[in-house]
Amino acid sequence: MRSIILQTATRYLLPILLLFSIFLLLRGHYYPGGGFVGGLVASIAFVLHSFTNGTDATMKLLGRKPLSLIPIGLGISAFSVILPLFFGLPPMTGLWVQEKFPLIGLIGSSLFFDIGVYLVVIGVVLTILFTISLTDD
Amino acid sequence: MELLLIIVLGLLYAGGVYFILRRSMVKLLLGIMLLGSATNILIFVLGSIVKGSPPVIDADHDTFSGIYADPVPQALILTAIVISFALTAFAIVLLKRVYALVQTDDLDNLNTPEEEDI
Amino acid sequence: MTGNHILASVFIHLFIAIFQLIAWRKTVTQRILSVGGALVGLIIAIVLFQQVYLHGTYTLNAANWAAPFGIVFAADLLSATMVLLTSIAGFAVSIFSSTGISRQRMLYGYFPIFHFLLMGLNGAFLTGDIFNLYVWFEVIIISSFVLMTLGGRKQQLEGAVKYMAMNILASMFFLTGIGILYGITGSLNMADLSTKIQEVENRSLVGITSVFFILGFGIKSAVFPLYFWLPSSYHTPPSAVAATFGGLLTKVGIYAMLRVNSLIFIPDDFTRKLLMTIAVLTILTGAFGALIKTSVRRLFSYLIVCHIGFMVGGIAMFTKVALIGTVFYLIHDIMVKTNMFLIAGLIRQLRGTMSMEKLGGLYREYPKISLLIAIVLFSLVGIPPLSGFWPKIYLFRESFSQHQYVYIAALITGSLATLYVIAKMWAEAFWKETPQGIAVEDQFAPLPVYRKILLVLPIGILGVVSVYIGINAETIIQVADRIANELIDTSSYIKAVLKN
Repeated sequence: MRSIILQTATRYLLPILLLFSIFLLLRGHYYPGGGFVGGLVASIAFVLHSFTNGTDATMKLLGRKPLSLIPIGLGISAFSVILPLFFGLPPMTGLWVQEKFPLIGLIGSSLFFDIGVYLVVIGVVLTILFTISLTDD
Repeated sequence: MELLLIIVLGLLYAGGVYFILRRSMVKLLLGIMLLGSATNILIFVLGSIVKGSPPVIDADHDTFSGIYADPVPQALILTAIVISFALTAFAIVLLKRVYALVQTDDLDNLNTPEEEDI
Repeated sequence: MTGNHILASVFIHLFIAIFQLIAWRKTVTQRILSVGGALVGLIIAIVLFQQVYLHGTYTLNAANWAAPFGIVFAADLLSATMVLLTSIAGFAVSIFSSTGISRQRMLYGYFPIFHFLLMGLNGAFLTGDIFNLYVWFEVIIISSFVLMTLGGRKQQLEGAVKYMAMNILASMFFLTGIGILYGITGSLNMADLSTKIQEVENRSLVGITSVFFILGFGIKSAVFPLYFWLPSSYHTPPSAVAATFGGLLTKVGIYAMLRVNSLIFIPDDFTRKLLMTIAVLTILTGAFGALIKTSVRRLFSYLIVCHIGFMVGGIAMFTKVALIGTVFYLIHDIMVKTNMFLIAGLIRQLRGTMSMEKLGGLYREYPKISLLIAIVLFSLVGIPPLSGFWPKIYLFRESFSQHQYVYIAALITGSLATLYVIAKMWAEAFWKETPQGIAVEDQFAPLPVYRKILLVLPIGILGVVSVYIGINAETIIQVADRIANELIDTSSYIKAVLKN
């Protein structure tokens, strides 16, 4: 499907959606949002791109197979889950840096958990959608 | 509000059961999805709906004040939605593969006889 | 006692899976990681079991939230035993998979998914929160869907559709039950629920909720009349996968029934009668189904159903002796059923078929392997002093004193049918001469020696464990006795979880 409107819109929507997904990811701990929703929005951005420019172009844009995002994300999440064990706390306990960061606010281990989820969701959604669309050809 | 939700979930259950009893694979999947949504709404209704503030304590308070919504059913539903998202995605891929291989949507045609076992 | 280490057996499989995903398409690395990791997991499970056996229940409050509010993980003796059995079976299957699974399936990610499955199983056994149990169940079924469809042959996909539909439906029942349970008690912690459920005044609603749980776990553990998905799907995936499924997945349902019935819904008269009827019909349908099957794996699938009935009957009686029998049978069944499907895979390697009509002459060609298999088959049938014999004594004894004569009749029928089909299979596959006019495709003989060892070794390991369980029954009975005590008097578990 080639639609000039969709193509032009996607060019602007892709960065905005990605930015919005990161916004959702970062505000997730105290407000509605989080890794899962952020990941879904980010993958929607890529899906939109693949609708307009074809799956191959999206693959090129990503630079790597979406599947390879899954172990990275899982690794980050799993690491943030077991990190408290080294401080003698039960797994999944939130560890916080006391200093506030500009723009982001307090940073804790739950942020890394969310980043992991974000990557896993992008990886899984894009893998599934690319599998479906590629078997068509 | 509760009455409305109860009617909706009843309809969803009825539709889900009807779809599951059909022989088509796609309708089976639709039925499972409807049942999943019905279950989520059921949890929502059972968690007693109140018009209150979100269950997040303000930075300058130590405890909740006033009426607030119970966060547990929301957490349960959110988890259930994520899980059913994964299940549905997998089911769609599976049904698509089955259709490509068997060339039928009828569940009754999915029986390879014992003689063809290896 | 608080122990932050009890989730180690969950994390080890998570990390193995992550490393295997990083080593995507490198099958040799994945195989080494799988076998090595499963060995580490086994050692962790043995240590955990020993600690729990010596010091009592360990608990862990996830994210440091105090007991009824956060998610609790608790390792009591039943959980530790199940984790240990899972690890033994997982170790054996991972060795078998390293040669028994085709390279193509490995490229599609067989090993990471296999370890996700083991992670889910260990998590389900260790959790003390009913909703968390649901989440682990979903981890298990999603992994099992992928394993079931991996390779994508026509039969596999056909089996997978039924398997998927029924298992999603089971989760839905389970989730509905959890929703109602939360609505009437306001808690999800199983120890907390066990005290709160008694204060609920609307007893009929509690009864209805318990039926939802029976339905959900009943589909999972394949009891009559909800078992049809099992015999129509378990014969389709590769044997290593079928071994994990047959040995462990249905048993998670039994474990969940034991846990929920002991803590939350103590069986009343109605539930007992319901479960007993289900048990008798499950044994009978499983036994009669097994009688008419001619393919080895289809036969084993029906035997799973048949033997699930034995355990459900024990739960239905819910007395100490019956529970000793049930727990002992569970221990025996996990080891033997896993082994049975590995044996089916080995037979397929030896002869290229699993249909009994085309098999034959195995004893003449492979006497040593046949003898090893014979020991396992004897354990399954329950020839004394092997492992299948002891738990049946307990079940018989208790059903006599409870006057459950129909159940005794079913037990005898089930045992006889098992004996008959196993004898038939032995005669057809091992003693009979190879049928005339059938080309034997022996894929086993041309294999290099180390791969032959990798195929036979796991059967040997599980066989040795089965023999150990049989010969050293006294130790196992002590363990089962303590588990049964903990199941009937749950106060120590509740105290350990709620810390008061």
